[in-house]
Amino acid sequence: MSPNLILVIVVGVMVGSGVTLVLERSLTRILIGFVLIGNGLNVLFLVASGPAGRAPLIGIGEGRMSDPLPQAMALTAIVITLGVTAFGLALAYRAYQLTGTDDVQDDLEDDFIRRRAERDEVSTTFDEALPDEAMPDEDYLDNDDTLDVGVAADAETSVGEENRR
Amino acid sequence: MVWLVALHFLAAGVAPALVKALDRRAFWILALAPGASFAYLLPRALDVTASGEPVHERVTWIEPIGLHLDFTLGPFAAILALLVTGIGALVLVYCSWYFRPRDPEIWRFAGVLTGFAGAMLGLVLSDNVFILYTFWELTTVLSFLLIGHNPDRRANRRAALSALIVTTFGGLAMLMGLVILAVESGTPLLSEIVASPPPLEGIVIAGVMLILVGALSKSALVPFHFWLPGAMAAPTPVSAYLHAAAMVKAGVFLVAVMAPDFADVPGWRPLLVALGIVTMLIGGLRALRQYDIKLLLAYGTVSQLGFLVALAGTGTRSAAFAALSLLVAHALFKSALFLVVGIIDRSVGTRDLRELSGMRKARPLLFVTSLVAAASMAGIPPLFGFTAKEAAFAAYLDLGADLGWNTLAARLALAGIVLGSILTMAYSARFVWGAFADKPGVEPCHPRAFALGFSLVPAFITVFTVVGGFVGGWLTPRVATYGEAFAEGAHEPVLTLWHGFTPALWLSILTAVTGLALFFGRHPVAAAQHAIVDRLPMPDADRSYHALMRGVDRLAVEVTGRTQRGSLPFYLGVILVTLIIVPGFALVRAWETPQVSEIRLADNYLQMAAGLLMIVAAVLVVRSRRRLRAVLLLGVTGYGTAILFVAHGAPDLALTQVLVETFLLVTFVLVLRRLPPFFSDRPFTVMRWLRISIGVLVGVFVSAVALLATNARTATPISEGWEEPAYTYGGGKNIVNVTLVDIRAWDTLGELSVLVVAATGIASLIFLITDRSTRSLSRPHRVTTPDSNQWLAANLHDARRSIVFEIVTRLIFHTVIVFSIYLMLSGHNSPGGGFAGGLIAGLALMIRYLAGGREELDNAAPVDAGMVLGIGLALAALSGIVPTLLGGGVLQSAIVDIPIPLLGELHLVTSVFFDVGVYLVVVGLAIDVLRSLGSGIDAQAQDEAEEQEEEVVPA
Repeated sequence: MSPNLILVIVVGVMVGSGVTLVLERSLTRILIGFVLIGNGLNVLFLVASGPAGRAPLIGIGEGRMSDPLPQAMALTAIVITLGVTAFGLALAYRAYQLTGTDDVQDDLEDDFIRRRAERDEVSTTFDEALPDEAMPDEDYLDNDDTLDVGVAADAETSVGEENRR
Repeated sequence: MVWLVALHFLAAGVAPALVKALDRRAFWILALAPGASFAYLLPRALDVTASGEPVHERVTWIEPIGLHLDFTLGPFAAILALLVTGIGALVLVYCSWYFRPRDPEIWRFAGVLTGFAGAMLGLVLSDNVFILYTFWELTTVLSFLLIGHNPDRRANRRAALSALIVTTFGGLAMLMGLVILAVESGTPLLSEIVASPPPLEGIVIAGVMLILVGALSKSALVPFHFWLPGAMAAPTPVSAYLHAAAMVKAGVFLVAVMAPDFADVPGWRPLLVALGIVTMLIGGLRALRQYDIKLLLAYGTVSQLGFLVALAGTGTRSAAFAALSLLVAHALFKSALFLVVGIIDRSVGTRDLRELSGMRKARPLLFVTSLVAAASMAGIPPLFGFTAKEAAFAAYLDLGADLGWNTLAARLALAGIVLGSILTMAYSARFVWGAFADKPGVEPCHPRAFALGFSLVPAFITVFTVVGGFVGGWLTPRVATYGEAFAEGAHEPVLTLWHGFTPALWLSILTAVTGLALFFGRHPVAAAQHAIVDRLPMPDADRSYHALMRGVDRLAVEVTGRTQRGSLPFYLGVILVTLIIVPGFALVRAWETPQVSEIRLADNYLQMAAGLLMIVAAVLVVRSRRRLRAVLLLGVTGYGTAILFVAHGAPDLALTQVLVETFLLVTFVLVLRRLPPFFSDRPFTVMRWLRISIGVLVGVFVSAVALLATNARTATPISEGWEEPAYTYGGGKNIVNVTLVDIRAWDTLGELSVLVVAATGIASLIFLITDRSTRSLSRPHRVTTPDSNQWLAANLHDARRSIVFEIVTRLIFHTVIVFSIYLMLSGHNSPGGGFAGGLIAGLALMIRYLAGGREELDNAAPVDAGMVLGIGLALAALSGIVPTLLGGGVLQSAIVDIPIPLLGELHLVTSVFFDVGVYLVVVGLAIDVLRSLGSGIDAQAQDEAEEQEEEVVPA
């Protein structure tokens, strides 16, 4: 199949512009870039699906029909782009509301890990063993005498507990 | 047998409810699961051990890959299964006294322990290696939960974790080995692998060794032994069951089942016998130094497990016989001893033998139980432990004759187990002395009273220890059935109290006397241990493990710190540069072989015009510093895309693209009104050029891919010839729509889920209640207009009214909604469908919002957006499920012609219900977007304005 040059150029420019914007820090720009990339890739579907033709409707028009499968896929992609972009806008608005700017900030947690690495420390969740630490213990008998003989004692302890409350 | 395992899991499932209702008495009911299994298995086990014919059972599961629930009751598994179920039932009964009444944690414990009993039974019975592995890991995970029963202490958490990591590591090695073995043998069934083993060479040897790693880690052999003493953090019933009778025997079980065929694998015997004996000695020496009687038993278990693995791995008939006998004897005496420790712990409050004193007089029954069980452990006649140990000595005395080992190796092995047994004698005596003796200068303990049943459980188990010693004649043929898989040895093994004056008897006497001497001379022995053993240049396994884990953690921190810089543009840049370099390199290579046949400039002039417009707009988007301008230019590229779709012959795409673009444009503007008009200035020009060059390169790359991929395409499109079936089966003339709702309806269903998630996410982000925004999403309600002459409820925002807009909105709204429904229904045959229809309805709602504000939106759509989304998704899912209930495939559609009076026939394709679901989801998304990014932001803006006013007034 032969490619359609103008569409190929459109795809390249759209994706290129989109990528440039996505690498920015402003969430609005990132979203605009995202939509640009999405539109560009939808056009890529057209390039890949072969030459133009009549609409894929049975019984209407004459001649070669354009390929319906990439169209169905692109249609799904268009609507998904809408949902995800709207979500991104909500994120951008939220970020602006909380920080006063819609710029993506560097992750503080990552910075924290980097500093630990520079100081040659272990991670915070690592359980460092202390040399003279006690052996593991089921530690069941930490409080009062609760070992009972039977039902009568059961009742007694429950009374005791109520008294304590 | 499958049902026995299932019964356990069922009991585990209802355990929390039972505990809630009956408190700790629930354990009695739970004990019925292993108890009933024991009763069921007992006659069958007797049959199997008498006849040697294993019982097979299969429940068909996943036919295509040949994975079935295969269960087998072989001679070894039968006896182990009896132990697992029998002791499991008794331990559960014991638990009903061990725990406090109304302990808030036991609902979980009861479920996990019962589930563990089921997993252990499944492990012992399963014949398919993959099912076996599943149960194996299930016991690992459940034992992790049991060891970490009391997670408050750090040491306990670490013990649980190290048990998990060590045994899972072994388990993964084992899985590799099992896969190798199953592939090389051509069957995953253990019984068939053992019946016709693959040739013992190359990869099979590697596989067997990997399996041994798993077995050794589970059975706590050196160098994996350190996890078992740590596991004593578990409640004592767990130690009695998992760490004496059941789980730690899994490794021995695996070795025993494989030994008949694989003992001849090079390295098998030296490895297992040597590691086993070393473990036996290390465990024994360590046990002699413990003050905690539970830890003493734990190290004793390590020692005995070493003994068992050495015997099971020897691979002679008499050693196999001794291994099975000792396994049973060990399960009986060790579980009883652990249970005694639990009672002492619960009634005195300490397990430290320096504080325990006077218990012999205070608790005579416990004392007798312990004395008998410990004597069995030490190998004193007339108990089961004695007969089993005699058999082991006899087996190792004939090692040279049976295996042809040279005298030195055989004698060394014999000396090893005799030395280990001497240590066993010594620590057995230390246990009884430590727990029960009167110690001068120590205050006698006054144990609290407890129910008689509590101490009857270990006593009951110990009865079998005594009986087992006397019924050796009855036991011998039954135990020997397993040994028949091995070649006949120099002597036929037998369990008996009196062999005559054989070398084994002299060894037993030597063991007992020397062991007692070691015990009585414990002070000099301890000093000697301190002086010699501590100085030996032996790496401490626990410390090495910890150093290893620390190393892994440090490596993770270093790698994360170096690679994860926390900057989103940096990450994206790395990904994109990788895209340019790696696939780009392949692209350049592919370019060298010329295959570009012909390139056409464009299909028609419309493409040229739209394309040029889009290129200009896209470049301008990047250059613009004003937000609004960027968004409007983005809209130009979007409408341009729609024109390209028209020019290509894709009306459905064009329609959807125009609607989406419009909706998106308004949504962008709704949000942008609250953001600053300009993008923040970033002076770093170098970075700017870097971004642009990455963008250009990626653009060139994608263009090149488009050129190359289109040229490379030679196959016939998959959609060739869809016309005919689309009409006859799908019942529609619009092939794209039939594709969406029928041919590829799964895709669409997935997409709907994404939309529902996105919509819910949007609403949650805006209506999230924090200190900054206190608005919550209230139920939409109708707003009545005070002045009934008003067109819309817009009188609430006088300043922003537009009479023309209001009137037009009022006039067209209902027409547009009807049109959207028409578009949805007619979409099957002409451009349209659920997506387009839903978007048009969404736009109609948007117009109402723009004309009359948020009250007007609530008037137009007095429904909860979540409800619309949910109904839509449910409808789409139902239209997928209903056909299966009627005997069709998932999402299959049917064509029904319903005659309607006056109007003629309704040609109904059932996939229309799916499309209605699509319509509703899109409308729901639109309502959510408008209500969140429109009304929600309005309300927040209003709140802020009011706050500012309040601040201004007092000033």
